[in-house]
Amino acid sequence: MTLTTQARPPAARRRPSGFARMRTDGSLTALILFLPPAVLLFTLFVIWPIFSAMDLSFYKWNGYGDVTNFVGLRNYEILVKNSIFHQSLFNSLKLLLASIFLQIPLALVLALLLYRKTSANTAFRLIFFAPYILAEIATGLIWSFIFDGDYGISAMVANKLGTEPFYILADKQWAFWTIIIVVVWKYFGYHMMIFIAALQAVPSDLVEAAEIDGASSLKTIWYVKLPMIMHAVKLSVLFAITGALQVFDIIIPLTNGGPSNSTHSIVSFLYTFGLARMNVGFGAAVGVVLFALCVGTAFTYKRMAIDKGGQL
Amino acid sequence: MKKYATIAVLAATVLASFPAFAETVKVLSIEPNVKEGRDFYAAAIEKFEKANPDIKIQFDYLDDTSFKSKLPTLLQSDARPDIFFTWTGGVFHEQADAGVLRDISGDVDPKALDTFAPGGIKALTYQDKLYGLPMYAGVVVLFYNKELTDKAGVDPKSIKTWDDFLAAVKTVKEAGITPIVVGGKSKWPLQHYYGYLATRIAGTDGIAAAAAGENDGLAGPDFVKAGEEFKRLADLQPFQPGFMDTDNSKAGGLFGDGRGAFILSGNYMIGAQKRNSTSGTGISDENLGFIPFPVVEGGKGDPADTFGGINGWLVSKNATPAAAKFLESLMDLDNQTTSASMDLWLPIVKGADAGIKNANIKAIANLLAAAPHHQLYLDQELGANVGAAMNDASAQLATGDISPEEAAQMVEEANEMR
Repeated sequence: MTLTTQARPPAARRRPSGFARMRTDGSLTALILFLPPAVLLFTLFVIWPIFSAMDLSFYKWNGYGDVTNFVGLRNYEILVKNSIFHQSLFNSLKLLLASIFLQIPLALVLALLLYRKTSANTAFRLIFFAPYILAEIATGLIWSFIFDGDYGISAMVANKLGTEPFYILADKQWAFWTIIIVVVWKYFGYHMMIFIAALQAVPSDLVEAAEIDGASSLKTIWYVKLPMIMHAVKLSVLFAITGALQVFDIIIPLTNGGPSNSTHSIVSFLYTFGLARMNVGFGAAVGVVLFALCVGTAFTYKRMAIDKGGQL
Repeated sequence: MKKYATIAVLAATVLASFPAFAETVKVLSIEPNVKEGRDFYAAAIEKFEKANPDIKIQFDYLDDTSFKSKLPTLLQSDARPDIFFTWTGGVFHEQADAGVLRDISGDVDPKALDTFAPGGIKALTYQDKLYGLPMYAGVVVLFYNKELTDKAGVDPKSIKTWDDFLAAVKTVKEAGITPIVVGGKSKWPLQHYYGYLATRIAGTDGIAAAAAGENDGLAGPDFVKAGEEFKRLADLQPFQPGFMDTDNSKAGGLFGDGRGAFILSGNYMIGAQKRNSTSGTGISDENLGFIPFPVVEGGKGDPADTFGGINGWLVSKNATPAAAKFLESLMDLDNQTTSASMDLWLPIVKGADAGIKNANIKAIANLLAAAPHHQLYLDQELGANVGAAMNDASAQLATGDISPEEAAQMVEEANEMR
């Protein structure tokens, strides 16, 4: 402590250090006044719950009474061995890949078709964006009605075609694909909007210059428009990744994780096996894994895609 | 000085204008699935408040799922309700162990206690302490659609054993009719088969012993046998197409629409098959019949044992004797007869079944009255965790994903995790 104070003063005299400057221009007062509430709230509602979940994950607790039954890593052991958890991880991975390789290209194509300001385009944008506005639960209920082979739209279709009704959500092989389709359907409009906003910001003289040079429209897209909106695509991918890891409220009304627990995502697994069964410690362990996955992928992605390719 | 006197007078007037120290009893209930349920509670509360002007009842409803997930936190906070709904069984025992309940043995009038069926009181007693009062029972029976069984040439009344039932299922299927409707998406309707078979094979005592970990626990031979018998049924593919995407209320509708010959369900199905059917009228009372669950030959369970629920109310620890007073009134003979006459549920107070109008409900009530034991639904009996594992195991047995041994093992693993 004394060493630093001895070393600092000469430098401070020549050019006011950050701290001294802050003291004179009043920003220190602002900091003291405005930082604590934010830090306090953040700690109380973000940091503390994260640590308390980590702590809980080492206990066995049914929600009643004091948390005393320390079991060490047992919850994690059970988790690693649990085949339904493996399936949920795999499902979340499928969702993640579908979000990146189906949803984003689809959104991009539509954005390229619709970004110019015409009234027809506005109408289409609205139509494609509408699913995003719907509440997740409502989306799940609507689609479960569509796929209902007894009373739903698919029953009507089968009836008109004169075929046996099909029960896609009761089929272990297809149920999760249905969920993927619904997720893509629900969120592509959101990514489309991000791309439209980015495309509208592409300077028109660049596009015109390419056209004058004789670039085909595909080439204009590939060499001019796409590079110009790359930052938006990267941002979209980040949202798609974190969103795909958190899918929950579409699954519950559609399949409730069934048939035979084959369509759980990590979060619906957490809810079903942790909360609904009152294995709070076990649920906390799943939560910690999910948190690690989210933070891990987000940071890896940031390093790989964003840091190397410039700013977001 | 005069000023203080004025204030004192004012304060006294304000105080006096409130009913003298009115006590509020907070009750938390699950949302009744029919409007008549709400009407019944409203009337019962009005009656009680009129008779006890010093006690106010604050009655709140929550839907099933939120109720179950909010209750643990609520019970451990200061905002806990004085009285709350319970399905009894394992969850109730956990609550009692956690010390959030009040022993009301001293609050209830012994004379009132005598009016209840002993099995009901037993369900709300844990380690010799009475923590609440029962309100109604549910009994699972095998309902059938007479029109369809006639068409298939099956006489359901002749079904006595599990083998008889399997034979009937085959005949119905050969006639081109879906034998059984089930809400597989809800999972627990499939557990009714597994649970009832276990009740027949292991007996109620056997189930209690297994839950306590004796005889290899829930992975013991009797449970494997129950799984095998259930698998024999599932192998016949008796359920409607897409049964794993059918929840229980839709299953009621399908049955009401005549889309299958049998449904294994609690007595509430009598009303539910009407309400949830497309026409809203469902199967007529003459066409709806039921038989008790078939007997498994060589089983240890008494053939007359029933399987189902006992539901009631628990009292939480900071409640006053007023809570028990309200429960006594809610379940007095008069109220129970009224609710029975509304066909809301099977009353649990002796003599209240006189009010039952529907012939089928009356017959089910008689079944319950004659039963030596009433086995609680296994998913309630075994608590949230094991119960859910039981439901999962039943569902996966039905879809043929696991063997009976694996099913029993899966449940026992959850039991050991407790």
